[in-house]
Amino acid sequence: MAKQHVTAVINGEETEFLCETQQTMLDVLRDVIGLTGSKEGCASGDCGACSVIVDGRLVCSCLMLGVEAEGKTITTIEGVADGETLHPVQQKFLEHAALQCGFCTPGLIVAAKALLDENPNPTETEARYWLAGNLCRCTGYDKVIRAVMDAAAVMRGEAAR
Amino acid sequence: MNYVASDLKVVGTRPVRPDGVDKVTGRAVFAADTRAAGMLWGKIKRSPHAHARILSIDTSKAAALPGVKAVVTAADFPDIPSEEAFVGEGPMNFRDLALNVMARSKALYEGHAIAAVAATTQEIADRALELIDVQYEVLPFVIDVEAAMAPDAPILHDDLFTAGVNPKAEKPSNIAKVVTFKKGDVEAGFKDAEVVVEGRYTTQPVHQAYIEPHACLASYQPDGQVSIHASSQGHFMVRAYTAKLLGMDMANIRVNPAEIGGGFGGKTLIYLEPVAVALSKKAGRPVKIQMTREEVFRGSGPTSGATVEVKIGAKKDGTIVAAQQVLKYQAGAFPGSPIGPGCMCGFAMYDLPNVDVVGYDVVSNRPKVAAYRAPGAPITSFAVESAIDDLARKLGMDPLTLREKNAAKNGTKTHYGPVHQNIGFTAVLDAVKAHPHWKTPVKDGQGRGLAVGFWFNIGGESTATVHVNEDGSVTVATGSPDIGGSRASMGMMVAEVLGIDVARVKATVADTASIGFTHLTGGSRVTFATGMAATQAAEKVVDDLKKRAAATWEIPVEAVEWKDGKAYPAGSNAGAFEPLDLAALALKAARTGGPIVAEVSVNAQGAGAGFGAHICDVSVDKETGHVTIERYTAVQDVGRAIHPSYVEGQIQGGAAQGIGWALNEEYIYNAKGQMENPGFLDYRVPVASDVPMIEAVLVEVPNPRHPFGVRGVGEVPIVPPMAAIGNAIKSATGVRMPDLPMSPPKVRAALDAAG
Repeated sequence: MAKQHVTAVINGEETEFLCETQQTMLDVLRDVIGLTGSKEGCASGDCGACSVIVDGRLVCSCLMLGVEAEGKTITTIEGVADGETLHPVQQKFLEHAALQCGFCTPGLIVAAKALLDENPNPTETEARYWLAGNLCRCTGYDKVIRAVMDAAAVMRGEAAR
Repeated sequence: MNYVASDLKVVGTRPVRPDGVDKVTGRAVFAADTRAAGMLWGKIKRSPHAHARILSIDTSKAAALPGVKAVVTAADFPDIPSEEAFVGEGPMNFRDLALNVMARSKALYEGHAIAAVAATTQEIADRALELIDVQYEVLPFVIDVEAAMAPDAPILHDDLFTAGVNPKAEKPSNIAKVVTFKKGDVEAGFKDAEVVVEGRYTTQPVHQAYIEPHACLASYQPDGQVSIHASSQGHFMVRAYTAKLLGMDMANIRVNPAEIGGGFGGKTLIYLEPVAVALSKKAGRPVKIQMTREEVFRGSGPTSGATVEVKIGAKKDGTIVAAQQVLKYQAGAFPGSPIGPGCMCGFAMYDLPNVDVVGYDVVSNRPKVAAYRAPGAPITSFAVESAIDDLARKLGMDPLTLREKNAAKNGTKTHYGPVHQNIGFTAVLDAVKAHPHWKTPVKDGQGRGLAVGFWFNIGGESTATVHVNEDGSVTVATGSPDIGGSRASMGMMVAEVLGIDVARVKATVADTASIGFTHLTGGSRVTFATGMAATQAAEKVVDDLKKRAAATWEIPVEAVEWKDGKAYPAGSNAGAFEPLDLAALALKAARTGGPIVAEVSVNAQGAGAGFGAHICDVSVDKETGHVTIERYTAVQDVGRAIHPSYVEGQIQGGAAQGIGWALNEEYIYNAKGQMENPGFLDYRVPVASDVPMIEAVLVEVPNPRHPFGVRGVGEVPIVPPMAAIGNAIKSATGVRMPDLPMSPPKVRAALDAAG
């Protein structure tokens, strides 16, 4: 079957691509467009390493088809920072040493950004449940949660960047 | 030089790691992120049977599929002889590894690699796998360790005879090895005992469950040179194994260390690289292979499941007089479970007069086990630390007091031989006693558990290079893959020695052609051994810089001192000269002897053993059997924390893995010997909402054998959690849970049985 032509806004940029109908958005990002920041940890929606934001909603890109991106606005890890300025979540991940191997980190940061976009003042429990779809095997989540809570305070203007 | 007593400016601070921005922005390149022009996708066909003879493999239909560029089976690899390998972490035989990478005459577990294809797309490769026709003679199989030891068990290997028994074994067996350790007279010890506790414990195999599946990109050139990008804990290990399995010269293989997305021991051996190289050679194009999560579960890792019997006898005052253990560890399809450390670590925390330990290394029809964080120790410690808790209850003694009374100290001779030296166990127990968590009364309805753990830590071979760049900034290269922040600690140690801002130092991991041999990242060795090499290389650079300053000033080198990143004349007799900093010296390099660089290779000895103690509070839902970890504190002797945040991270991560091992993780097999839960939905690793904050308490008892006092920190923290949680459940409910995981159905059943 012929490839499908898809137009979407990816990280603020109108992007056209061709994909097979059965290709996942994750495969499109990684293998067609070359945005390899989103990771494949399971391809079944269980690990969250491929998390992206689609029209404001947190999605596992391995569970979405590339053709479903038509007309959508998508933010991947590559689009979280504003040029040279890191997003507060990224900055706090660095300061809190909230990453070890760094493989789950893109997904965690995208998911945390989506949380704070929706709920600027989460409780620790809310943050833990929101991020329960993002597996991290290295950190035990302690520093991840601290980084997210600290980033939230920064975004509310209650803590230093 | 030794800096243990020095006033340190960089070591002990918490700078941002050099690879941090790459990792929070998605730029970091892991093996699966690599590409090459003309790249093909490799896929592996795996056995659906737990045990089967391979009668024939017909690859003709697969090879004929348009887009398929190569198909390989075991016939494409040399049939290498049995030979012990000292390449990875723990014992390995090259032939076993070769047979694990590609089955030759028998499939020994469901998921065992049988054949592989390379095709232009992943989809074509998948279709090609289905077209490979394998004829099997299905054989009886055995999964469980004790069933595999039975006299009538199906035998996996006709040429496997039990080692370590007298008289010599005459019949093949699934028991690969029997290990024994004896100290004193255990029978006399038990006769002397006034209180005895006994228990039989079982643990399940658990997967390392790194989030990054195994992946590599290999390119074979017509002149026989190979380039590999691999995610591994040791690119020199990848090179050594690949060369051996393919009969190639190491000089023809260059392995580039991609970023590694977690390993925990599971990436200390290889699965894919020789296959990718063989496919690339046949196809004449680069080949990338990446496992699916399902393949990771069916075909790689895990660590052993085990049965452990333990018996401990004590006097009424709590003095332990006899200790005995029988351990049966699953090795998976090939020998090599961590039974040795299993036999050593259980009782290593205690000063015991009479000990008798017997261990069995047992093969069965499951994936070959791989190292997992303190290999073997968590299993044995789950049994021993549960029994010690029972002993404390029987004696009516506080569990911390009982451990203090019997704790190993400097000079204690272990039951496996060595004498403990420079250990910090007493300091760890003191820190537990003083900690608010231990002093706070247990909340109503909750239970508290304590358990301790030990790991040897290792040193070994490492190489590091320190370059002073032309502008005076500094590059450090080592041969150690960075699995949890080691580039940060390397840069910090070098900055400390050079006396400069850590931001001026960047550490990298060099490929196998660009740095001297370095043993893999495992055994908690990198900050210790590679850190020692980096420190010594920086010291050589300082010596060199002093010589260059002396030459510039035309004074003796003894009259130059190095301080805060600058050469100074030492005192007024040396002369009045403006200090020379790194940039000034680098600028003159061409006139003072050329490039400023030092490489140091070490075979580091004196890795300090590590001890930890974990305190855990739980509540147990009596309706569902669900256990909630309410509070968790992990105390550990870390020697000297170079970057405290990453040391804490090791402890927190290790504890969380232990929590998963304790409460949820297990392999579920069906009646055909096939794994039924090869995914993260059904193989349940802890998620953020499963765990509380984990307080890591760093106790610093410096290791005098390292310039900064470092001892390994990564492995100890996974040793105590299972028993700490089990002991907490016992406190909360009165029920002892001897079988892992302590999952809701099992806890509920145990509560029901106890009435």
